[in-house]
Amino acid sequence: MPHTILSDKMNRLNNTEILEKLKSKFGTEILFSEEPFGLLTIYIEKQIIKDMLQYLYQETHLGFQFLTDLCGIHDPSQVNAELGVVYHLQNMRTNTRIRIKSFTALSNPKFPTVTDIFKTANWMERETYDFFGIIFEGHPNLKRILNMDDMVDFPLRKEFPLEDQTRLDKDDKMFGR
Amino acid sequence: MSHIKLDKDSIERETTTLNLGPTHPATHGVFQNILELDGERIVGADTTIGYIHRAFEKIAEHRAYYQITPLTDRLNYCSSPINNMGWHTTVEKLFGIQTPKRVDYLRVIIMELARISDHLICNSILGVDTGAYSGFLYLMQERENIYEIYEEICGARLTTNMGRVGGFERDINPIAIRKIREFLKRYPKTLSEFEKLFNRNRIFMDRTIDVGKISAESALNYGFTGPNLRACGVDYDVRVMEPYSSYQDFDFSIPVGSNGDAYDRFMVRNREMWESLKIIGQALENLPEGSYQADVPEFVLPPKEEVYNDMEALIYHFKIIMGEVDVPKGEVYHSVEGANGELGFYLVSDGGRTPFRLHFRRPCFIYYQAYPEIIKGSLISDAIVTLSGLNVIAGELDA
Amino acid sequence: MVNCKKMMETGNTISGLKLETAPDGLEGPGFFATKFDRVIGMARKNSIWPLPFATSCCGIEFMATMGSHYDMARFGAERVSFSPRQADLLMVMGTIAKKMGPVLKQVYLQMAEPRWVIAVGACASSGGIFDTYSVLQGIDRIIPVDVYVPGCPPRPEQILDGFMKIQELVHNESLRRRNSEEYKQLLASYDIK
Repeated sequence: MPHTILSDKMNRLNNTEILEKLKSKFGTEILFSEEPFGLLTIYIEKQIIKDMLQYLYQETHLGFQFLTDLCGIHDPSQVNAELGVVYHLQNMRTNTRIRIKSFTALSNPKFPTVTDIFKTANWMERETYDFFGIIFEGHPNLKRILNMDDMVDFPLRKEFPLEDQTRLDKDDKMFGR
Repeated sequence: MSHIKLDKDSIERETTTLNLGPTHPATHGVFQNILELDGERIVGADTTIGYIHRAFEKIAEHRAYYQITPLTDRLNYCSSPINNMGWHTTVEKLFGIQTPKRVDYLRVIIMELARISDHLICNSILGVDTGAYSGFLYLMQERENIYEIYEEICGARLTTNMGRVGGFERDINPIAIRKIREFLKRYPKTLSEFEKLFNRNRIFMDRTIDVGKISAESALNYGFTGPNLRACGVDYDVRVMEPYSSYQDFDFSIPVGSNGDAYDRFMVRNREMWESLKIIGQALENLPEGSYQADVPEFVLPPKEEVYNDMEALIYHFKIIMGEVDVPKGEVYHSVEGANGELGFYLVSDGGRTPFRLHFRRPCFIYYQAYPEIIKGSLISDAIVTLSGLNVIAGELDA
Repeated sequence: MVNCKKMMETGNTISGLKLETAPDGLEGPGFFATKFDRVIGMARKNSIWPLPFATSCCGIEFMATMGSHYDMARFGAERVSFSPRQADLLMVMGTIAKKMGPVLKQVYLQMAEPRWVIAVGACASSGGIFDTYSVLQGIDRIIPVDVYVPGCPPRPEQILDGFMKIQELVHNESLRRRNSEEYKQLLASYDIK
C-alpha cells in the first residue's frame, strides 16, 4: 500500500510555536535563534545536540524525523568557536524545516554522534571529519571517506590552500601571482 | 571481514573475498565494493568511495558566484541543467530576486528535459546490465535529440552551464522551440516501444522483482529522496512540497511504487518520464511573453551601447566581469528535485565576492550508504542489478 | 556488379563507403608478397580493442560515441574489453584523482605489449578545470600517453579524431619499437619495468 506522507498539513506548527516548545523544554540552553529566509535557525551547545535531536524526533507535534543534511563549517574569526556543525532537519508530513547550529573551539573538536538516531548521519559525519577534523564520539567507523587515507591535513579549513603545493611546473608570472 | 561466521548449512569452509573494484564494467562510475561471499551469496560488503574527489566545495570558496555554475554542471553530469538551475535559484533566494514568469517556464522545460535524459541513461543501463543491449542503443539516439536541443539553447551538449542568475543570457530561439515540439511528438513512440520491451518481459521481471528491496521506514532513516524513495511508497517530491520556479502552475502527478525493489524503481522512472512530457507540453503551450532575465544589475550585463556611453553601465559591466558585485550577508538552504532526489545547496555568504561556505547536499552520496545493507543476503548478480537500479553517478557521489 | 578487387586496388569508394587499401606488394597468381609490418599494421589498426576507463563526464560522451549516431564500431572497436589483459588501447576518460592513480597504473601494467594510451578530455590530459590538491594534473605523470584529446567534454567527433590518430600510429609503428632502447628508457622514466 503506498503510504502517503502529506497528511498532517493541519497540525502544522509555525516557527514561533516550535521555538516556544523548544524553549519550554531546553530553556537557556538555546543560545540564540533567528529566521533567515523563513527557516528557523537555533544555536546550541554541543552537549545537548543528542537530546535536542531526540526530542525533535519523538515529540508528537514536532516529528522532525528526516535528517536532510549535516555539514561542517570553519570560521577562524569566531575565537573559541571556530569549528561548527550544521544540521538541517525536516518534517515531511507537515512540510517544515529547521536548522540547528553548534560551535566548538578548535582545540577541542569533539561532537556527539547522531548515527543512532539517523542512519544517514554515518557518511555525513565521516565527510565532516574528513574535511574539518571534527571528531564524532561514538561513531561506528570514523575514518576518511573522500580523501586519501594517509592524508594528514583537513582540507576544508580556511588555512589549507586549494592548489597542490608540490607542483613545480606552474609559472607564477603567467598566473598573475 | 574474515570473522564473519558462515551458516551451518553452508557448503563452504570460509568466506571468499571479491573485489568489485573501482574499474567497473558498464561504465557506472568509480567506487569500490569489497564483498564477502559464501559461495555466491553475499554475507558482508564494505564500500570505498572518493576515487574521483575533485574538491568542489573547496573550489567554490575561491570562485565568484557566476564562476560556480560550470562547477555545478559536473555534479550530476547526466542532467546538468538541473544543477545549474538549482544553483541559480539558490543565489536568487539569497539576493531576493523575483524572476519573471517566462524565465520560470523556460527553466521548467529545460529541467524536465534534463530529467528525461537522466532517467533514459539509468533505465537503458539497467537493461544493459541484465543483458538487453538493444534498448540502450535506441534510447541513446533519443539522448542525441535532447543534446541537439541543448546545443540550440546554450551551445554545449553535456556540461551545459546554462542560464544566468536571474534568467538567461539570451532568449530561446524559435529553432529550439521547433526541436522541442518535434521531440514531444517523436519521443512517446520510442518510450512506449521501450516499455513494451521491458515492462512485462518475463526475464526482466524475474531479475528485478524483489531484488534490492528496502522498506519505507529504513529508506527514510537513510535519507533517501527522489525515485528511490518514491519506489518504496512515500510520495515526497520537492516540486510539490516546496514549489520553485512556478512548478505550482503545472498539473502533474507523482508516480509511486509499493515494493521498494529494482522493478519498482525502473517503473517509477518510466512513469516520471511520461509526467515530464506532460509538463513540457503544458509549459510550451502557456509560455508567457516577457523578459528573459530579471532586473538585477549585479548579474545582468548591460547592453554594449550603454556601456560605451553611460558611466553607471560601465561600472556595472566592470564589476560583473571581475566578479566584484555587492553580495548580501546571510545563509540560505535551497533544494530542487534533481533526477536522483533532493539536491540541496547550503550557501553561507559573508559579503565577499566568493561564498564563505558552499555545501552540496548530494542525493547519490546519501543513498549509496544503504547499498551494503541492501545487498546483504542476495546473490552477486542481484548486487549488480541493484547498483544500476539505484542510479549512482560518481560525480555526485564524490563531489 | 561490384568489383571489390578493383576497388581495393584503386581505393575507389562506392556511395561514400571508404574501404581499406591493400599495401604495396608483389602480386602473382595465388600469392601476394609484402612487408610484415605493413600487413600487421593494417590488421592491427582496424581491430583495436579499447578499454574504456571512464570515470566521469567524458565517459558519457564515450557512451554517445559508442551509440548508433557516432558509431565507433565502424572503426573496428566494437568489442570493448574491460579486462586489461585483452585490450590494446587504454582510453582514459575523465578526471583521475590522486586516489585513483595507483589503480590506473595497475591497469596499465596489466596490459600486454603493444599497448597505446589515449587521454580523452581536459582532466585526463592536464587536470582540467580542477586545479586542486586531490586531482592528478594529467595522467602523463604516471603513464606514457600517445594521443591527447582536449575538450570538456570533447564532442564525439573529436574522440573519433583522436581514435583515428591512434590508428595512424598503429599503422606506422615499426615491429621493433617495443624492444628498442628508446622505448625502454621511456618506460624507465615512469618507473615501469
